[in-house]
Amino acid sequence: MSVSAEVPAGTEAVKETRGRRRNKAPLSEGARAERRFGWLLCAPAVIVMIAVTAYPLVYAIYLSLERYNLELPQAIKFIGFSNYAAVLSSPYWWQALKVTVVITVVSVVVTLVLGMGLAQIMHRTLFGRGSVRTAALIPYGIVTVAAAYGWQYAWTPGQGYLSAAFNYSAPLTQEWKAIAVIILAEIWKTTPFMGLLLLAGLSLVPEDLIKAAKVDGATAWQRFTKITLPLMKPAILVALLFRTLDSFRIFDNIFILTDGANNTGSVSMLGYDNLFNALNLGIGSTISILIFICVAIIAFVFIRLFGTAAPGTDIDKR
Amino acid sequence: MAAVNTTARQKVGWTTANFVVIALALIPVLWLASLSFKTPAAILDPSFIPHSWTWGNYDQILSTSTFVRPLINSIGIGLISTVIAVVFASMAAYAVARLRFPGKQLLIGMSLLIAMFPAIALVTPMFNIERALGLYNTWPGLIIPYVAFGLPLGVYTLSAFFREIPWELEKAAKVDGATPMQAFMRVIAPLAAPGMVTTAILVFMFCWNEFLFAISFTSTTASRTAPASIEFFSGSSQFAVPTGPISAAATVITIPIIIFVVFFQRRIVAGLTSGAVKG
Repeated sequence: MSVSAEVPAGTEAVKETRGRRRNKAPLSEGARAERRFGWLLCAPAVIVMIAVTAYPLVYAIYLSLERYNLELPQAIKFIGFSNYAAVLSSPYWWQALKVTVVITVVSVVVTLVLGMGLAQIMHRTLFGRGSVRTAALIPYGIVTVAAAYGWQYAWTPGQGYLSAAFNYSAPLTQEWKAIAVIILAEIWKTTPFMGLLLLAGLSLVPEDLIKAAKVDGATAWQRFTKITLPLMKPAILVALLFRTLDSFRIFDNIFILTDGANNTGSVSMLGYDNLFNALNLGIGSTISILIFICVAIIAFVFIRLFGTAAPGTDIDKR
Repeated sequence: MAAVNTTARQKVGWTTANFVVIALALIPVLWLASLSFKTPAAILDPSFIPHSWTWGNYDQILSTSTFVRPLINSIGIGLISTVIAVVFASMAAYAVARLRFPGKQLLIGMSLLIAMFPAIALVTPMFNIERALGLYNTWPGLIIPYVAFGLPLGVYTLSAFFREIPWELEKAAKVDGATPMQAFMRVIAPLAAPGMVTTAILVFMFCWNEFLFAISFTSTTASRTAPASIEFFSGSSQFAVPTGPISAAATVITIPIIIFVVFFQRRIVAGLTSGAVKG
C-alpha cells in the first residue's frame, strides 16, 4: 500500500532532479556528491531493515510451502499450498481470527472515543496540564507484560480488588468475559497514545473558527461534529490505522492473561503456539504469511478506501 | 454573570476530569506495587492497601539470577539497540530532511511498512535463521531485530526534528569550507541532540517493553530479558503461586518507565506526536 502512496511523490522527486539536470546540464559535481552522501547515510538503516524484515519474509514464504516439523527433520518436503489448505480449513485459525477481529474492532472503537475525550481534557485543561500528560504516559510506557500481571491478579477471585468488587467473579475462566478483560487491558494501555495523536490533530483546529461558530450560536456538540471532527479527520484516520494494525498483532496481554485458554487466543498466539509448542515451522510460517496478508489488507483499506495519508509521504511537499 | 458561572463550572468540570484521568492511569500501577509489598498470607486478601508490609518479595527476586541476570540483559540489550538505532536513524533522517537524492520516498515507505509489520510474521523465519547463524539465545539475536524495529520510529521522529533545525547554519558552515560530513558532525548534530535524546527514550522504551521476540529467541538467562523472565518465577514452595515475586519484578521493570515519563514528559509527547501526525 505504501507503494501506491509513494509513487506520485517518487515521480515528483524524479521530475525535480530532471528539472535541475536540464537547468544545469548534467548533474553538477556538488549535486552528485550530495546524492552519494544521501545514499551513504541511508545505507545502514536500509540494510538492517531489509535484512531483518524483507529477507525473513521471503524465507517465511518458502518455509510455508514446505512440510517442516522440527521433530521430524528427515521428513522435510516441498508440499506446495497444502499448509495453506490445512490452516484455512482449520477451525483453530478461524476461531483465532474471530477473537482477534473482535478484540481489534471493540478496543479500537472504544479507544477512539475515550482518546478523543482524553485529547479534549489535555487540550482544554488550564491547570495541572503537565500532571495529566505525565499520568497518561504511564499506561503508554509501562511494560505490557507487567500491566497484564496486574490485571490478572486484580481479577483473580480471593486476591483481586476488581474481582472482589464484582462479587468474587472469575472472568478469566470464561471465554467472552476473558476477552472482555483482555480488551479492557488493551484499552487502558493504548488510550493515552490515541489521546496524544488526537491532541496533535486537535491543536491544528483554529481556535477562531470555534469562537466564530459559538458567536453564531452553534452548540458545543455542533461545534465538535461540524468543525472539529472534519478538520481532525486526517489525524483521526492515521491514529486509527496505527491502532488497528497494532491491535491486530495483540500477543502480550493474551499470553499473560489467559495464554489462549478457553478459545481466547489471537492469530499471533496461534502462530507462536505452532512454532514453539507444535514445533511446526511449515504451519507456523503459513500463519505468519496469512497474518501479514491480513495486515496488508487492513492498511490497503485504510489508505485506499478511507484516504488515510500515509505518514511521511508529504515530506517533500513541505 | 451567567458567563462567569459557566467558566467556573467548566473549570471544576475539567479539573474533575483531570483527576479521573490521573486515577484511572495510576490505580492499576499502584495495585501492582501494593501486591509486591504484601506478605504471602496477605496476598489472599483483596484489599487494595496491604495490611502488613514486607520487602520479602524484592529480597527474593533480587537474590537470584532468575531475575537479576535478565534485568542486566534488558538494560544491556536495550542500551546497545538504542545507540545503534539512533545513530543509523539520525544518519538516514539527516539525509531525508536535508539532502536531495532519489529514493528518499522509498526509504520513508519502507519505514512505514516496517512500523506496521506484524512481528509474529518474522518470528518463525527469524527463529530458524538465528539458529543457523548461531544468534539464537545471544544478545545480538535480540539487538538486531530491536534495531530494525526501532529504526522506523527513529527515522520518523528524527526527520521531523531535523526539519525544524535552521538550514542557514549548515549553509554557512559549507560557505566557510566545511564538507557535508563536517557540517553534519559540527553544526547539525549538536542542534539535533534534543531530538536524538527524545528518540533514544522512545526506542529504549520499545526495547524495554518488547516481549514476543524476547520469549521466542531466548532459552536461558544468558540473553532472556526481564519481561520474558517473569513467567519462569517459582513460589516459595512448589505449590505456592509466585504472585508476590512476580508483582515485585513487574514493579521493578516499571520504575525506569516512571522515571522517563516524569522527567521527560514533554519530550516524549513531542516525539510521539511529531513523527506520527503532521498535516
